[in-house]
Amino acid sequence: MDELPIQSGDDVVRVRQRARMAAADCGLSLVDQTKLVTAASELARNTLVHGGGGTARVEVVKSGNGRSGVKIGFADNGPGIADMELALTDGYSSGTGLGLGLSGARRLVDEFELASEPGTGTTVLVVKWSR
Amino acid sequence: MEQVPIVKIGRTLFVSIQIDLEDESVVRLQEDLADELTSTGATGVIIDITAVEIVDSFIGRMLTMIGSISRLFGAETIIVGMRPAVAITLTELGLSLRGVRTALNAEKGLALLNGTA
Repeated sequence: MDELPIQSGDDVVRVRQRARMAAADCGLSLVDQTKLVTAASELARNTLVHGGGGTARVEVVKSGNGRSGVKIGFADNGPGIADMELALTDGYSSGTGLGLGLSGARRLVDEFELASEPGTGTTVLVVKWSR
Repeated sequence: MEQVPIVKIGRTLFVSIQIDLEDESVVRLQEDLADELTSTGATGVIIDITAVEIVDSFIGRMLTMIGSISRLFGAETIIVGMRPAVAITLTELGLSLRGVRTALNAEKGLALLNGTA
């Protein structure tokens, strides 16, 4: 398992590269690799821009039925998300984006868990399984 | 931060993105292109994303904005060389790159600009 810092735009690129390596290692198809890396890019940017920086943990995991996958956990100690349902709505944006970051990332992965507490930070866990 | 070079050939500006794009590089490209458009009076912009492995919502929005900005300077933007996996992911993400034209490759993009497609 690798824990990567997310403190700059450079770090976002490194998280993408690490996610791409893990996705290729566990045999994800090119389209699934691209989906996972795109989701990782959205979430790493959220961690940086909205969470004020944080970390990403990338690991290769095995499911009960023997499939392998890539799990990435993002964590920040930022202001948190007050209304998670709203944050996950297509087109909702707290900043200047298109509001597709969280909702779009969720569509691109197989598992998506968002936990947030106003004032203490946000964690997002995503998994993409090989087919 | 790495910079994306802009090459002028005839009345067209060619941009070939060969780096793993960080947000600052895309913003910089947008500014550089606006400068180049005013100083050269180019009427077309071709952005080749053959080497780009992912386009997320930020990069997608910036590409759309580059199209809008170019239009204000009387130039048309064509994005060429999108990888199939990128196209599938963009669509699932909910991004349509509305307002910019696309072509399969640089040659076809140039033909579109020259009205010979």
